Amino acid sequence: MSAYLSIRNLSVALKGGGPILRRVSLDVHPGQVHGLVGESGAGKSMIGKAVLGTLPRALQVTGGEIWLDGVNLETLPPSERRRRIGATAALIPQDPLTALNPSKRIGPQITRRLVDILGWSRADAQNRALELLAEVHIPEPARVMRNYPHELSGGMRQRILIAAAFAAEPQLIIADEPTTALDVTVQKQILRLIAQMQARHGTALMFVTHDLGVVSKVCDSLSVLYAGLVVENARMRRFFTRPIHPYSAALLAATPTYTDPFGSLKPVPQNVITAVETEVSQHDRRTGA
Amino acid sequence: MRDARADVRRPVGLRLWLSGGWLSLLTLAAIFAPLIAPQDPLAQDLFLGRLPPFWESGTEPGFYLGTDSLGRDVLSRILYGARLALIVALVAGTLTCLIGATLGLIAGYYRGWPDRIISRFVDIWMAFPPVLFSILLIAVLGPGLVSIIIAIVIIDWTRFARVIRAEAISQGAMDYVASAQVAGRTKFGTMLAEILPNVLPTIVALLTLEMGIAVIIEAILSFVNLSISTDSPTWGGMISEGRISVHQAWWVLVFPLITLFLTVLSFSQLGEGLKDRFDPVLR
Repeated sequence: MSAYLSIRNLSVALKGGGPILRRVSLDVHPGQVHGLVGESGAGKSMIGKAVLGTLPRALQVTGGEIWLDGVNLETLPPSERRRRIGATAALIPQDPLTALNPSKRIGPQITRRLVDILGWSRADAQNRALELLAEVHIPEPARVMRNYPHELSGGMRQRILIAAAFAAEPQLIIADEPTTALDVTVQKQILRLIAQMQARHGTALMFVTHDLGVVSKVCDSLSVLYAGLVVENARMRRFFTRPIHPYSAALLAATPTYTDPFGSLKPVPQNVITAVETEVSQHDRRTGA
Repeated sequence: MRDARADVRRPVGLRLWLSGGWLSLLTLAAIFAPLIAPQDPLAQDLFLGRLPPFWESGTEPGFYLGTDSLGRDVLSRILYGARLALIVALVAGTLTCLIGATLGLIAGYYRGWPDRIISRFVDIWMAFPPVLFSILLIAVLGPGLVSIIIAIVIIDWTRFARVIRAEAISQGAMDYVASAQVAGRTKFGTMLAEILPNVLPTIVALLTLEMGIAVIIEAILSFVNLSISTDSPTWGGMISEGRISVHQAWWVLVFPLITLFLTVLSFSQLGEGLKDRFDPVLR
């Protein structure tokens, strides 16, 4: 099966500085969920940002290919790249509190994609937005469409962002830690909602998270990152039964269990950290970074 | 699950009423000055010099706020002075706002070299003492309404550029901007459609503040006799003349001063009130 999003040897670095992503390769298949896990600062979010073209100003792609639906995005001119991304991909952002424009009503923020990207009429877009809001279990969608973002709670806003992401039926959705900013009780609902929506719409989903528990529930495959280096690409079942890389194994072992939350909370052992650090510096020497 | 946040109602506060009321009154007075002014503001009569305001003894009918040393009616001069003050406030304030806010928005959103150029200019500009700078400018440009407006714009655009740049930077870092770009908006389109509406409340607040400042600058310039032609009544000019005879005729100084004070205060309060009312996010 050919991948919908295929990243090959993607390198991202600080402008005039050190590497952030080290020759990352991974595949996201149509209709499947691919998890990206790693510690804070491992570069998980940066992969998504590099694909969507929203890297922070200080960073730049220094090498590699991003194949989206058989086209290498890195070879496209910026306007064509933006058009292609807009038509095929969408983002579920991390922080629902800043991801909606505070000075605009909810309705136009959802329908805009339909009108701008798909060229729908306003009335059609309006109806579709109402359907979507109902699909993400928003009560009184017609009223919410007229609300401003600050008039809604964080969980509601994240639901709206999910609806907006699925609105134009994208082939690929990148969810950048979509539950991190939410209350634990709401996290579970949102997670289930994303999984439901993904299954129903058959979208390829790249799911960025630092929570292996979340990964085990929603993902089909995953990549483990350490300092911008993919230490392991794996199918889900295999990963949880036989992780290959010692760092993956240590991460798995560090996941707290419900039965013994404190006893099971083990840090990643120092020798594993040393080993993976050595691997990173060997990689840098080999690639001359 | 109905969210109570949608039910917040913001009443028009006393602040908005008072400041808006004073400014409307002043605007009407300025427009209809020829109809309502009790006297000709330029008519001199040395026999009527230094008449006190109406509640004191020794006054003449029709000279409600007294006369200056040349016998010119203080009330009529304040009314005619309001015309210049308000024109300057409106035109100079708006132009300053347009230029400064545009440059600030570009600097704050695009960053990079446009920001470096604009910010360095702002830094250099702010090192000039504004009052001396304006006097110098008028001296070069020659007195007149257009010169005053140009001087105010040249001096004060930095105020907008600074504040709007900072606002645009913080808005530009929000996720909704990234979302808009993922959804295919161009950089310029994002600036106009996403960033601008969110800095607009600040722009409005600054604009009204700037109008007040423009009134002050105009008063300063006419105080040092560098405003429009010397025989037209200006608040600054009246304050300057009244200062000399303050021990014999305090009203010549005090009434224009109170008018100026109330006007500038109203402009700044109007800005704050409007910001509170139109900012979509309660702060």
